[in-house]
Amino acid sequence: MFSVKYQEVPLEDKERLFEEVKADPRYEDYLYGCYECGICVAACPSARFYDFSPRKIAQTLAREDVETFYEQLNDDVWNCSQCFSCTRCPRQNNPGGLITVMREVAVKNGLRTTKEALAGYTRIIYKIMTTGTQVSPDMLQEDAFPDWGPQVKAVSENLDLWRLALPPETLHTTGTSWEVEERTMQELYAIWKMTGSLDIISSLDEGLSDIMEEIMDEELEASGLSF
Amino acid sequence: METPDKQSKSGGMAVETDRSFQWDPIEAPDEDIREAVWELGRAGEWIVQPVPEPYALESTKFGRLKKIPLEKTWHHKSCGQCGHIPGYSTSIFWLNRLLGYDYFDPRDQTSCTAWNYYASATSNQAAQASVAMRNFAAAYETGYFPLIHCGTSYGHYKEVRHELVHDANLRREVREIMHKLGRPFVMPEEIVHYSEWMYAVRDQLASRVVRDMSDITVTVHPACHYYKLQRADALYNADIYNGQRTAVVTGVAQALGANVADYSTWYDCCGFGFRHILVQRDFTRSFATMRKIEVMKEEANPDVVLTHDTGCVTSLDKSQFIGKAHGRNVGVPVMSESQFAALAVGAHPYRVAQLHWHSTDTKQLLIKMGIDPEAAWAEFEEDLAKIKDGTIKSLSWEAVM
Repeated sequence: MFSVKYQEVPLEDKERLFEEVKADPRYEDYLYGCYECGICVAACPSARFYDFSPRKIAQTLAREDVETFYEQLNDDVWNCSQCFSCTRCPRQNNPGGLITVMREVAVKNGLRTTKEALAGYTRIIYKIMTTGTQVSPDMLQEDAFPDWGPQVKAVSENLDLWRLALPPETLHTTGTSWEVEERTMQELYAIWKMTGSLDIISSLDEGLSDIMEEIMDEELEASGLSF
Repeated sequence: METPDKQSKSGGMAVETDRSFQWDPIEAPDEDIREAVWELGRAGEWIVQPVPEPYALESTKFGRLKKIPLEKTWHHKSCGQCGHIPGYSTSIFWLNRLLGYDYFDPRDQTSCTAWNYYASATSNQAAQASVAMRNFAAAYETGYFPLIHCGTSYGHYKEVRHELVHDANLRREVREIMHKLGRPFVMPEEIVHYSEWMYAVRDQLASRVVRDMSDITVTVHPACHYYKLQRADALYNADIYNGQRTAVVTGVAQALGANVADYSTWYDCCGFGFRHILVQRDFTRSFATMRKIEVMKEEANPDVVLTHDTGCVTSLDKSQFIGKAHGRNVGVPVMSESQFAALAVGAHPYRVAQLHWHSTDTKQLLIKMGIDPEAAWAEFEEDLAKIKDGTIKSLSWEAVM
């Protein structure tokens, strides 16, 4: 395998990104070589619907084929379903885990293809990082989920009432999945800041990062937590 | 392999196979990470929160025993589950109350944030581990033991545990963050999924069944992140699928008296895909209907699909609308085994199981269980009217027990 794509990108850039993936502490745990048996491909949902192969990911990394690695970093990794069905590998490889690491490197380095892949996802990133819950009831609107059928409209129209008709008091919420204490959220913001997660988002979408930074700074100032 | 003479009474394939998995803890290909957790505790690296008594001991994949707490559980809720399938969590709480168990439904809990991490990679190892350990610390401070509702949170937290055990630098970094937050650095003795709790109490539930489940045919979709991530820790039973597949969900459905029918694509993912369910739903829909629902319908014709993860219920339930519009062989209710079990032991389909949040039609299933869905909906509408006119503020536990 040798990729002829992305010839305009200097080899040293591709090597630097590959070294970044290899430097992740999980890398040694996730890759032990490849028998090329294809069991991971047989189990992979994405392989059925995309031109995607967990086997090729493992092979490329094991062979240290930097050119193909760079192609996969741009063209393949966002197709993975992260189901980890590929972990049935008889050689104990974890292609899904390798892709997790590759995605992180792609995001941190702000690759153009990554920005394109995540363009429709930034609203969700904002939601999780500012509320601590991924999917809030008020996100269920028929314009966003028309293919889920008329029931989405029914939920949307009755949302406040139906949430109050839930016996657990913690679920009487619409903007978050459950009621979360102020202190809890402030601690989450502190974690995002201390671990550099906001910096990662900055590489992806500077505007989004600025908005979140402002929200978190205000909350943290009120919290008394300082770093 | 299944043969035609093993047809179940529903016409679906029977769950028995001729092969069996002979487990032996000594032969397990991986270490028992819990030993290392205790060792680090003895070395003063972290506090280990023991599983409170009373607990059940259940077998994992290679025959190791896992402690499953029965009560004093701290319910780590799930963002998707509580966000748009709230009957899932409500049913778990309701079952705890029915059994008279002491549990805690916290507000001091965030999502595990793994959904975002797997979908967008806009986080990192230290952030993910810190979120997990902050939630574990919050549980420890209440004196209750974490019970993880979401399959992904469960699998991800086990990954985090593995990383923290093996990486002293990561451990040091996360410990310092917990210190700055003023939280203790605590690792639970076991990481336990709610389905494991359901499985541990299945006999108690079986003794309380009030609805005839013998004509109900169930297919089970085991959640990938329950048994494919850190797989040696998932529960297995030699009597269920000859020990070759995880025992949770199936064991509960069988204990309740339902007929579990097999289908050939049981190992397949539901098609959720993390980012796909939100921004590439063509993939999710295609996979969920063509590889799962249609295969189940053709091979087992179930009355209901049971699974135990938010993403799976969402993918399998919501994806069927478009398939139906195109005349595909779909149309089967999807719910968690907690909702199914609650119905079996007498819960109200809307006040407790909250089935109106689901897209697929559950009325025929309810009728088969001996429940009048129209009458039940009318009762629920009376509740809604009372909330609307201010007679009651909300639906209370007292009203639904």
